[in-house]
Amino acid sequence: MIEKADQVFILLAHWLASFLPGPLQHPAMVLLGVVGIIVTFPALFAITVLLERKGLGRMQNRYGPNRVGPYGIFQPVADGIKSLTKEDIVPLSADAVVHFLAPVFLVVVVFMGYAVLPIGRNMTLVNMDAGLLFFFAIGASSELSVFMAGWSSRNKYSLLGAMRAVAQMISYEVPLLMSSLAVVMMTGSLSLNRIVDAQNQYSYGLPHWYIFTPWGFAGFVLFAIAATAETNRSPFDLPEGESELVAGYFTEYSGFKFALFFLGEYVGMMGISGLGATLFLGGYSAPLQILGFVPSWFWFFSKIMLSMCVFIWVRGTLPRLRQDQLMNFAWKFVLPLTLLNLGVAGVWRFMGEGLMRWVVCSAILLVAYVFMARIGMKREHFGPRSYRYAE
Amino acid sequence: MRRFNVCGLPPIRKKREWMGHRVFVAGTGRGERPMSVVFYLIAALSVAGALAAVLLKNTVHCALALTVAFAGLALMFLELDAQFAGFAQILIYIGAVAILVVFAILLTRGSETPKDGVYSAKPIVGLVIAAGVFAILGWAVLRSTAVLPHETAKPQVTVMDIGNALMGRYVLPLEIVALLLTAALIGAVIVAMHEKEDAR
Repeated sequence: MIEKADQVFILLAHWLASFLPGPLQHPAMVLLGVVGIIVTFPALFAITVLLERKGLGRMQNRYGPNRVGPYGIFQPVADGIKSLTKEDIVPLSADAVVHFLAPVFLVVVVFMGYAVLPIGRNMTLVNMDAGLLFFFAIGASSELSVFMAGWSSRNKYSLLGAMRAVAQMISYEVPLLMSSLAVVMMTGSLSLNRIVDAQNQYSYGLPHWYIFTPWGFAGFVLFAIAATAETNRSPFDLPEGESELVAGYFTEYSGFKFALFFLGEYVGMMGISGLGATLFLGGYSAPLQILGFVPSWFWFFSKIMLSMCVFIWVRGTLPRLRQDQLMNFAWKFVLPLTLLNLGVAGVWRFMGEGLMRWVVCSAILLVAYVFMARIGMKREHFGPRSYRYAE
Repeated sequence: MRRFNVCGLPPIRKKREWMGHRVFVAGTGRGERPMSVVFYLIAALSVAGALAAVLLKNTVHCALALTVAFAGLALMFLELDAQFAGFAQILIYIGAVAILVVFAILLTRGSETPKDGVYSAKPIVGLVIAAGVFAILGWAVLRSTAVLPHETAKPQVTVMDIGNALMGRYVLPLEIVALLLTAALIGAVIVAMHEKEDAR
């Protein structure tokens, strides 16, 4: 029974495919997996948007949407219908082809990342030897879509937003890759399934997740910072800062193309949350051994939704960074710490079992953090900025 | 993975001699690497992207078309089961080089089409250089078939093998490249920060 509940989607796909003749069964299974991903994550996107609007409303002492349905729960449906029926406006001087391709490209790329994520036990669409590399390669090409959107709109706000977004995404991609490299060093594999298997063990009923080691904890925090910046979320949402740039690179988009950008952003956030959960939070494994009877996919989705809640919470809490603070933070704080974390992961690996490696690794990371964050950043004078070209 | 024969025709052996070397033409004879429909699609995509990169008028369009050619090459690596090379191609060429190209075009105000057209005034010189480069590359490729043993099966190379090779046999080239890139990075920073003193 437990086994059945765990594998319910696999069994369902097998059952559906069994109606087809033999040679068609395998393609049908693949197709069903793709359809499952393309249906599930937009549904989660609708739930997240509602959660965000209600949650942010509560944090800011207002109601949020409460007109459509009981407590406003049908708001995403109304939004969907609205964006489908709105006029699609393309500016006269815009580059029509590139303007059209940008949102399409973004959505395609964002969904492709899910191909390698282990959503549950035996639920990886493509089990690749270099799955992690695939995810990052696909994620890097979403920068191109942002640029295409910003450039093709022929609007200075769009272009400025695109430049900011691309600069920010390139800067934070380095710490993102470096912080996940520690996990690869420890597992000895780029395959996401192998990474989950390495964490899916228990001693004294507690899991062997990487977040429960000094290097893993530091790596997770750095990964979370870099992932927030990579998805252009608050407090790193300068590329679409509405007080300065209207809406950044998608200023000139309306109707369903705008909805595609919105969808791409949230599905991308879920994808990178899923990657973070896979790398540091044990993927689909249960947080306690006695909870092993709950289906594995349930844990994966709850980890994703939990991190979406954290994204919303952070958005409601922190003010937006300034451009120079953003870059200083990336290159002078996050990057050195990720590099140090790689070294610490090596020390952890070669010190052998025992209490000593906990003490040494934690001490190195703590000293580095205190030195860099408390003393090093104090010299940065986070006061009013002196402008070089504008007075 | 099963590979499809082109048009479902019986396999044709196409082995030719050219300048004393064995040359393999697309075919599905025994011992040769079969070329699938996928190969032709990818090849068409890459060539179309590269041609568009040369022929289009708007410089940003050219850069985007070049990205298509990069993607085609990455797909070609993947089609040959070289996962690491394919993904590294996407990560570096599409994620970084294409973005850099586009940035350079935008920051230098080069995206406007010049009045006297984008085509070179001296096409003969370009033709000669292109033919020369092509001849050298073709010569190297043809030589390599004679030097290397003829592979009959797909070589199994995992990411770990590549890592071992980089850290073992090829560690010196790796270090030299790393040194070069570090020097370039420091140089770029110095070029960018020279006016800092009198700015504030």
